[in-house]
Amino acid sequence: MAHAEPAVSAPAILAEVKPAVLPRPALVENNRSFAWITEKICGIVEGKTPVWWWWCFAVACFIACFTVAGISYAVAVGVGVWGHRTPVNWGWPIVNFVFWIGIGHAGTLISAILCLLRQKWRTSINRSAEAMTIFAVVCAGIFPVFHVGRVWYAWFLFPIPNSNYIWPQFRSPLEWDVFAVSTYGTVSVLFWYVGMIPDLATLRDRFAAVGKKFRARVYGFFAMGWRGSARGWSNYEMAYLILAGIATPLVLSVHTIVSFDFAVSLIPGWHTTIFPPYFVAGAIFSGFGMVLTLMLPLRAVYKLEDLITQYHIDCMCKITLATGTMVGYAYAMEFFIAWYSANPYEGFTFINRAFGPYAWAYWIMISCNVITPQLFWFKSVRRNTTLVWVLSLFVNLGMWFERFVIICTSLTRDFLPSSWGYFTPTVVDIFTFFGTFGVFSVLFLLFIRFLPLMAMAEIKAVTPQADPHTHPHPAPIDPDADPVHT
Amino acid sequence: MALSLQPYGLIARFETPADLYHAAEEVRDAGYRNWDCITPAPIHGLDAAMGLRRSIVPRISLCGGITGFCTGMSMIFYMNGFDYKLTVGGKPFFSPLYAFPVSYELTILFTAFATIGGMFFLNDLTKLYHPVLKYENIRRGMDDQFFIVIETRDPRFNAVNTRALLENIGGRDIAELEE
Repeated sequence: MAHAEPAVSAPAILAEVKPAVLPRPALVENNRSFAWITEKICGIVEGKTPVWWWWCFAVACFIACFTVAGISYAVAVGVGVWGHRTPVNWGWPIVNFVFWIGIGHAGTLISAILCLLRQKWRTSINRSAEAMTIFAVVCAGIFPVFHVGRVWYAWFLFPIPNSNYIWPQFRSPLEWDVFAVSTYGTVSVLFWYVGMIPDLATLRDRFAAVGKKFRARVYGFFAMGWRGSARGWSNYEMAYLILAGIATPLVLSVHTIVSFDFAVSLIPGWHTTIFPPYFVAGAIFSGFGMVLTLMLPLRAVYKLEDLITQYHIDCMCKITLATGTMVGYAYAMEFFIAWYSANPYEGFTFINRAFGPYAWAYWIMISCNVITPQLFWFKSVRRNTTLVWVLSLFVNLGMWFERFVIICTSLTRDFLPSSWGYFTPTVVDIFTFFGTFGVFSVLFLLFIRFLPLMAMAEIKAVTPQADPHTHPHPAPIDPDADPVHT
Repeated sequence: MALSLQPYGLIARFETPADLYHAAEEVRDAGYRNWDCITPAPIHGLDAAMGLRRSIVPRISLCGGITGFCTGMSMIFYMNGFDYKLTVGGKPFFSPLYAFPVSYELTILFTAFATIGGMFFLNDLTKLYHPVLKYENIRRGMDDQFFIVIETRDPRFNAVNTRALLENIGGRDIAELEE
């Protein structure tokens, strides 16, 4: 034992290391009570319709008319009124379809994946994010349905016996997409509805108490006789967990299959194995952009700062940053593989994307999707709500351009230069796409007016007073105390 | 059950989740079986305090999932590999590989329906009437209060003793529920 005696009496190794107690950020600020939460959320539904709501609703309806006009014209005259010309036979409708379906994915991520990961901050934003998912799927669904050309035959996509005695062709990823998107829409609606049942029961009882019988009946019908029973909660929570468990592989599979529409083809720029993860990351990125775009104004208008706290905004910004960086990595990796594959067509496609006739779109995409989210590294940016909102608009814009770049630049340059072309949208294309923002807004405005905007029961469950093992006034944490409840 | 003038049960109110939690432990230990708690939000650990067993919803979900997967595979085999063989690009008429994505989606779809249907069935939902809902103050149970309901059909139910138990464990506003 050649060690020298310690010069001082302090031991070199502590006998015991106590873990530091890190304060957890409060999910509901100002220690609000259950009754306050109920009053706040139900008050939005029960109060008088605000004037701004009517204005927004009128504008949204007006914008939605553009989609109606665009589609009516396309159905009456034929899809030739769109900008598709050989070689670009997949134009804006598919761009818009992928754009909207991608936006939906953040809602499922928040409600399902964050539920499985026990991220409790999801509770105050999941309801409206799921609503966003459903309305985005509605907008997305418009495009492929009308893109089939003769829309009255769209039901041929489903395995329904018809007079031609032929069945859908299940070897095509486009047919997989039919099943993926319709399953996604259905499960999203079910998940959203099941999550809402306890809150609808709250509204039913509140309307009954003030004598509004008609509304009590309507909410009561959809509440299905929910009575807050603990035996019921036990089955309910298990069902909710399973739905979260199946919605997670579902959301990943939906955008994977959407990417198969491209990846399974033989077009340079589409035929790559990186597409499924790259599309999923992009979808979540764009979806969080849209969640921020929607939630920040709602938070300001309805004074929801105690429920959507700075911590929530920080979390959303950080996920946007993470997925935006993944998307940036995918852009770089696509270029690398184009070179590494030594395939001249693949290499040409990517050089052409960045420096060819669509370079403007490519660089809009890069600056919005790769550079914009990097600002979220800074706390000062995340704390500036207005700036976050503006940046979220850039994310939405960039993700639309991503789909445009992938679809159009890959098609404009066919294998033979005699088949080269340039895609230009027509007025009908622009009307139809512009109007979908109106369709989305109309649905979202109806949602915030008539349905509980936040999952009250879930928010209550994550407040400190819902824990039966805490006292109303928690004592300072004493690390020596017996952790077992007495 | 024959028609009777017997009330449905006794209901008692509690102020906080902690009060309810301890009261539920007492009711469980007193040996009651047909009783329930009413809470505005799921309370962590209340299942154990009530002595509930694990929910059987997952088994129903599993049945739904298996049905969905088999439906997908057999539907595609029937349509593309048996009933009307369509030659496309020299690909096989049937292969589980190309049938997988659609079967996978149907697995999820059927699981979702089975889970929700199972939960509705187990919770007696879609039944819009329930004696508990007739109780005037029950709306506080969807808001910020907590209740325990002990049914008269419980073998241990006794109008006097059960009321005394609810009083002892801190229940307030004890009332009878009409059937």
